Amino acid sequence: MAAADARDSHRRPRWGRFILIGVALLFLGLFLLLPLLAVFAQALAKGVGAYVTAISDPIAWSAVKLTLLVAAVAVPFNLVFGVAAAWAIAKFEFRGKSALITLIDLPFAVSPVIAGLIFILLFGSHGWFGGYVRAHHIRVVFAVPGIVLATIFVTFPFIARELIPVMQAQGKDDEETALSLGATGWQTFWRVTLPNIRWGLMYGVLLCNARAMGEFGAVSVVSGHVRGLTNTMPLHVEILYNEYNYTAAFAVASLLALLALLTLAGKSFLEWRQPELRHAAAQARDRTRRGIK
Amino acid sequence: MATPAAAIGFKSRLPKRPPQRVLPGFGLTLGYTMVYLSLLVLIPLSAVFIRSFEPGWSHFWEVVTAPRVVASLRLSFGASLIAALINVIFGLVVAWVLVRYSFPFKRLIDAMVDLPFALPTAVAGIALTALYAENGWLGMRLLPLGIKVAFTPLGIVVALTFIGLPFVVRTLQPVLEDLDREVEQAAATLGATAAQAFVRVVLPALWPALLTGFALAFARAVGEYGSVIFIAGNMPMKSEIAPLLIVTKLEQFDYAGATAIAVIMLVLSFALMFGINALQHWALSRHGGR
Repeated sequence: MAAADARDSHRRPRWGRFILIGVALLFLGLFLLLPLLAVFAQALAKGVGAYVTAISDPIAWSAVKLTLLVAAVAVPFNLVFGVAAAWAIAKFEFRGKSALITLIDLPFAVSPVIAGLIFILLFGSHGWFGGYVRAHHIRVVFAVPGIVLATIFVTFPFIARELIPVMQAQGKDDEETALSLGATGWQTFWRVTLPNIRWGLMYGVLLCNARAMGEFGAVSVVSGHVRGLTNTMPLHVEILYNEYNYTAAFAVASLLALLALLTLAGKSFLEWRQPELRHAAAQARDRTRRGIK
Repeated sequence: MATPAAAIGFKSRLPKRPPQRVLPGFGLTLGYTMVYLSLLVLIPLSAVFIRSFEPGWSHFWEVVTAPRVVASLRLSFGASLIAALINVIFGLVVAWVLVRYSFPFKRLIDAMVDLPFALPTAVAGIALTALYAENGWLGMRLLPLGIKVAFTPLGIVVALTFIGLPFVVRTLQPVLEDLDREVEQAAATLGATAAQAFVRVVLPALWPALLTGFALAFARAVGEYGSVIFIAGNMPMKSEIAPLLIVTKLEQFDYAGATAIAVIMLVLSFALMFGINALQHWALSRHGGR
């Protein structure tokens, strides 16, 4: 790398590289750094005291709790699915595999608002299962179950798409060896496969969790915005903002921004532990498009 | 399949070869995958299509050709197109700089590129609005130049550029890393300038990845809601995006109207993705891959 850089620098004018680096940094500074700084600057605009008051508000705390609850249900659901889908797709050959991968990615192509609408069409008062739900006194739409369902939908592909390339790269030699030595299927999974995929698994969980906690559009449609009951943190930010309570809105937003920074730090750590995670999903998508298995 | 022993007529004493699938769990995992996928994605998604045609074709057509709906669709797709193109241009520069050059804090900057994936869209929305509003850090500097960003379609493009930013960078990076620099050096040896080498040698190899990044950024932008509604101003016919119109119709209990717009958005998005995929196949067959 260094040698190539040195060679290049003899041939190419140095100013070209400075201009390109300058353009890239300006673009990233304008679109990434400034918005991030703005969140913290606005949150602390009226001093630390106002900030602390805003985030210790009991309604803000009920929003934090609901966000944690929703993620705690949605992420494990998609985790079990992700492991099952990756096992079937990575370890076996069958017809329609690339179609299945495309279908798993489908929620990424659906607007979050439409994801919310779907569950209103199913469980709302005029929905397919609306009558059933009402007869059994279950609330889905405008209640916590609807928020969880919408969150599962929008975060559906995250873990599967990170795990599929990881499991494909590992092949099935380790598992076959374990089985030939007399291990049962479950023993093989728990003692061989799971340790092999642990970094990829954490990577998927991290990304899934960030989206689950931050989802706005889908959750906004199904939640009904009942303060202190069906308000997740991003929805609470919206309510405070629309009430012109900017300090409080940005204070709650700053907690979400901290979560985003923690997610990025965790992601960098996992990529350092296992560098192939970095582009695994992008390359897998590329391979599927080229029709290479 | 006949074993060699069976082929020459001996009765094999070896136990029958197990079927090709040695690993267990195929039925269980594929079955679970199909059931979960159907229950949570396929059946719910099909509900939108089926419900949209319940009031009949003429109602569907009436909704999606209403001027306010057409304006919102044009805005959503148009602003997404512009934002995705901005991301193609600057994403190429950012990916190039991150792969080819070394400079201080490169690792940190590289990690920051994923911020739009990690930052909740509502947070991005209010932060961008605070920046570009007339009293914001950037808004007050742009105002004397006569440029208004917040509460105009320009603000929508800014928000959509933010949320689509990582896609082009992240699809280009692995391709640029794999690119053989000797080809460029060969071009330089043969007398090509750096710009000629880039346009004739590097760019053709990047087309498929650029298209993929564009498609992903575009698809994400078309459906985006959270980051846009704060900065858009949301004026009907002017700065009202299609997802917001769906929400508005839902709030008025116009389920049929909301569903019709959802279906037209899904159909347009899928058609575009299909077209871009076909274009990509063409680009790949023309340039023979990387």
